[in-house]
Amino acid sequence: MTPDERLDATFAALADPTRRAILARLAVGEASVAELALPFDMSQPAISKHLKVLERAGLISTQQDAQRRPRKIEGARLAEAVGWLEEYRQVWERRYSALDDLLGQLQAKPPRSKRKRH
Amino acid sequence: MATTEKFTAQVTLPSDTEVRVTRSFRAPRTLVWQAHTVPKLARQWLLGYPGWTMPVCEMDVRVGGTYRWRWRQDSDGAEIGFFGTFSEVNEPAKLTYDQFYDPDGFTSAMQTDNRCVISGSFTETNGVTTLVTTMDFGTKEARDAAVSTGMTDGMEVNYQNLDKVLAEQQGG
Repeated sequence: MTPDERLDATFAALADPTRRAILARLAVGEASVAELALPFDMSQPAISKHLKVLERAGLISTQQDAQRRPRKIEGARLAEAVGWLEEYRQVWERRYSALDDLLGQLQAKPPRSKRKRH
Repeated sequence: MATTEKFTAQVTLPSDTEVRVTRSFRAPRTLVWQAHTVPKLARQWLLGYPGWTMPVCEMDVRVGGTYRWRWRQDSDGAEIGFFGTFSEVNEPAKLTYDQFYDPDGFTSAMQTDNRCVISGSFTETNGVTTLVTTMDFGTKEARDAAVSTGMTDGMEVNYQNLDKVLAEQQGG
């Protein structure tokens, strides 16, 4: 997968609320498919389908050594995806901070004032 | 404590083709609206980065009216711009316009490329205005490209970190 394709897969995986809930669960520790299915009122095959999407996106991995094959979160991929949006967010935040300043100035003096900006 | 609360921008992906930026401001929405629609106000904050100026900021804010924004980096003269047409002007609540990337000022040649539809919704509660800006890039590819390069913003600087991450990914 190219980096772009990987990001696509990551965001597609994150677009589903059940998959985000699974990630939130795995963020606190490994869990088997049966354990993951428990709180979701879903069949194990349905959960397995979600897990497959998450695994393909690189967001989780399967521990092969143990018999119950627990799933484990892969933090690096998640951080990469979040970082992608965070960069973008900061661009806006910077711009909106400037807007905050402007709005503050406009409210500090009446709009009709002839006083010069400094 | 509400007066000291610091507002920050939130970014979400409401669909495959959209990006949404939500931010609140401690000001009445008529003022936030003016800051977006009066050129001499807009150019004061649309700047975004030190070392850039905004030599062109023209806006004819009415349905069917057009706008043109251009930025210039003082150090090397690099320019970047956007232009488009307002399709919905409901002062001071809703502003919708399309946007085309204008790399070199030859605006007419770019009309068919990468159109983005931007919709701003302004609501006010207790003197705090919340602005929800939704950008629809039409395709997922265009959205991802725009977000990851920062082009929607007119400023593709400061993405060296992302480039580095992507380069590392390709290398590994």
